[in-house]
Amino acid sequence: MRSEYKLIFERSKAGRRGCDLPALDVPELCELVPEGMRAERRLNLPEIAEVDLVRHYTNLSRRNYGVDNGFYPLGSCTMKYNPKICEELPALFNGLHPLLDADMTQGALDMLYHLDQALCEITGMDKFTLQPAAGAHGEYTGLMIIRAYHELRQDAARTTIIVPDAAHGTNPASAAMAGFKIKEIKSAPDGSVDLDALRAAVGPDTAGLMLTNPSTLGLFETRISEIAQIVHEAGGLLYYDGANLNAIMGIVRPGDMGFDVMHVNLHKTFSTPHGGGGPGSGPVGVKAELIPYLPTPVIMACHGGRVTLDYNRPLSIGKVKSFFGNFSVMVKAYAYILSLGGRGLREASENAVLNANYVKEMLKDTYGLPYDRICMHECVLTPGELEQGGVRTLDIAKALIDRGYHPMTVYFPLIVHEAMMIEPTESESRETLDAFIAAMKDIAREAKEAPEALHAAPVTTPVGRPDEVTAARKPVVRYTADEDNR
Amino acid sequence: MRSYVPNTENERRELLEAIGLDSMEALFADIPQELRLKRELDLGAGMSEAEVRRVFEAYAANTRTGLPLFRGAGAYNHYIPAVIPHLLSRSEFYTAYTPYQAEMSQGMLQGIFEYQTLMCELTGLDVSNASVYDGATAAAEAMFMLRDAKRKRKVLVSAGLHPEVRLTMATYAHANGVELVEIPLTDACGTDMDALSANMEGAAGYICACPNFYGCIEDMNAVADKTHELGGLFVSYVNPISLGALKRPGDYGADIAVGDAQPLGMPLSFGGPYCGFMCATNKLMRNLPGRIVGQTRDADGGRVFVLTLQAREQHIRRDKASSNICSNQTLCALAAAMYLSAMGPEGMAEVAELNMQKARYLADGIARIPGATLRYPQASFFNEFVVDFAKDSSVVSAALKAKGYVGGLRLAYYDKEDGGMLFCATEQNFRSEIDGLILALEEVLR
Repeated sequence: MRSEYKLIFERSKAGRRGCDLPALDVPELCELVPEGMRAERRLNLPEIAEVDLVRHYTNLSRRNYGVDNGFYPLGSCTMKYNPKICEELPALFNGLHPLLDADMTQGALDMLYHLDQALCEITGMDKFTLQPAAGAHGEYTGLMIIRAYHELRQDAARTTIIVPDAAHGTNPASAAMAGFKIKEIKSAPDGSVDLDALRAAVGPDTAGLMLTNPSTLGLFETRISEIAQIVHEAGGLLYYDGANLNAIMGIVRPGDMGFDVMHVNLHKTFSTPHGGGGPGSGPVGVKAELIPYLPTPVIMACHGGRVTLDYNRPLSIGKVKSFFGNFSVMVKAYAYILSLGGRGLREASENAVLNANYVKEMLKDTYGLPYDRICMHECVLTPGELEQGGVRTLDIAKALIDRGYHPMTVYFPLIVHEAMMIEPTESESRETLDAFIAAMKDIAREAKEAPEALHAAPVTTPVGRPDEVTAARKPVVRYTADEDNR
Repeated sequence: MRSYVPNTENERRELLEAIGLDSMEALFADIPQELRLKRELDLGAGMSEAEVRRVFEAYAANTRTGLPLFRGAGAYNHYIPAVIPHLLSRSEFYTAYTPYQAEMSQGMLQGIFEYQTLMCELTGLDVSNASVYDGATAAAEAMFMLRDAKRKRKVLVSAGLHPEVRLTMATYAHANGVELVEIPLTDACGTDMDALSANMEGAAGYICACPNFYGCIEDMNAVADKTHELGGLFVSYVNPISLGALKRPGDYGADIAVGDAQPLGMPLSFGGPYCGFMCATNKLMRNLPGRIVGQTRDADGGRVFVLTLQAREQHIRRDKASSNICSNQTLCALAAAMYLSAMGPEGMAEVAELNMQKARYLADGIARIPGATLRYPQASFFNEFVVDFAKDSSVVSAALKAKGYVGGLRLAYYDKEDGGMLFCATEQNFRSEIDGLILALEEVLR
């Protein structure tokens, strides 16, 4: 199965081209570039015929795995099916320049306004900005809003963001980037926020709390109202990390749980594909009191149905990105919302939770289950007793690859030893789940009978486990023809 | 209503039974009743595919595209080779997540490794990351790189950067106590070297654009040298397509090059998704934010690509990470790599030359019209230039639109006092429509 695949540079043949251009149709002038700024030499780019370019990328794609290839239970990432109708629609707007007069862009602005409204309805927030390009970008934007809120109240001492130890790594990183200090609080033994630890952590320096609910353990914070009360009474605001929104659509809303600011990941909950790492979209929603701080421009509907961009917002945190965000991603997300409607979104969440609980129940006798209760859209398992035989989570993940599955999220959340976080999503059938469960049981059997075979996994892939230590110690991060790149 | 849940009612019941529950409701027992939404979401009944398509066709019909476009200002109308959308639609690429599992993600990892190599060659620098959100956030991240590398909180930024880029940088600077000092442009549309010298004390470096927002090409050799002489690091914000003709940032000594890769194969799409690129010298590699793909070996000695230098990143370093970025714009980066590979050295030189020739032809034509003057007649420019009119720019813009042309961007969009218009011509503007625009402008200004 092992096979190397040539780099595009290794296919280059002088004189070949993959594209042509129209001939110059205006009188040619010389020396348009001042001498000191002229390119010193021809760029050393690959020279590839179109057919070879197409085969190169087509074959690269065959060395990759997406949701369309098979089950992808990557916890916290909501790898649900990406409907094809949603993929076709953005092309309708390909030629639309972002800086046209508003009368030429009404349809696009109108769509954005309706997406904003739909997200408000789903989350219980009062207004969204669609500018952030990803979840972490949304977190950063939301935290800047929290900062601006305290600053305007001349409450400059509020410099600390509280983050549970189960949080996504982006939470503390975003808080640091927004200029906050971070106070991490330990989780209670049942995986929920430890209320005593929270009470001890809040104070006059508290700017806010960042929380994912359901948590990264896939568990709902049942005492969310008390959590909100503790933070609000201390003068802080509540930030909702929307990574796990797929569990609760139409059932409970962050805005009704007491959250003041939140982001949603359109590329998780609303089915837009992840693109192998992006583009995503991380709209940020706020309660009415925080609307003045949203990034500019804010999309507003006027009388008579006209939609405008409002730049005149003196309290705004400013811009966090050029133009209006990842528009094409929003087109796909809104198409998904329209397709499902209110009932369909609830149905999606119900089935996401059902599928996760089914996988958890079917595997809990084979693997460790640190929190044995009803989970939400994902569950966290461990190797359990298999670890005594020397089999680790990484081995199980790699063994799944040999059985044709993308592994779950591994070693996260950090508070669970050897964590395996499984998120099946609603778009998987019973047969798929049963086959995955059987594969997991088969791996457990193999772990007991022949653990050394698992250490060698994967064996069916074009490459084996990479030497990551050397990769980081002696980084080779670009191709150079004169080095040993074979 | 469209549903993407394959399990039937019966199957759902069977799954519930298998886990010992009698209803969907029981799955949500942990959620306190008083918090529940006790109604259906008010989002309509759900639509069929055909109905959804109609809705979006109606939205699109309420936009105006297809007119001859002479507007750029950060979003450029370039030809996109047909291979790019076709290859991007390979769903092994677009339905994948970030390539955490190297063994089953070699395709994307190699694609990003090639992107990094291509961007290094384009900018003349040593290392590239796997992309950030867009040019504006790339500039903001570069500002943090300067701060961290030099341990100084003051960063100088040219007034010639795109207003959206400067506004984004200002937002990012504010929270981090970065003091952004703007260096004005001279009447010739280049860096005010006296102001640069006067402000460099205590600064980590200088971020300068070429071509700048007004289209002008300044002597980056001189600006880079001056910045280095005064002890700062130099960041060049570039239009990547211009590098088919212009000197590369690495060749004039830039420490970092950033910009937006949108011109390399990404449609206008009402402003996004585009792709921020960031390249740097080896020395600054560990200050780069975001994903980086590296080459290593597996146990058999085979070549393997893998996400590397992850000790910089949020999932490892948490609050000490070089950035919070997680998702980036990978698929867009892949588009840029496809574009550069399809164009090759000849194509890149040709497309850059076509842009300059067409823009020059348009500028010369406009300059001959009474009532229109080039603001920087002595400056060299790439594919954009500023025109001032004897008439109000809003009148000119509206009249051009009435004649079926999207003229330049009214600079009043970003600065109410500015009566100029920023025109752009690319290889997409054929001579007939350029002549048409010049004629229309003549009539408008008569």
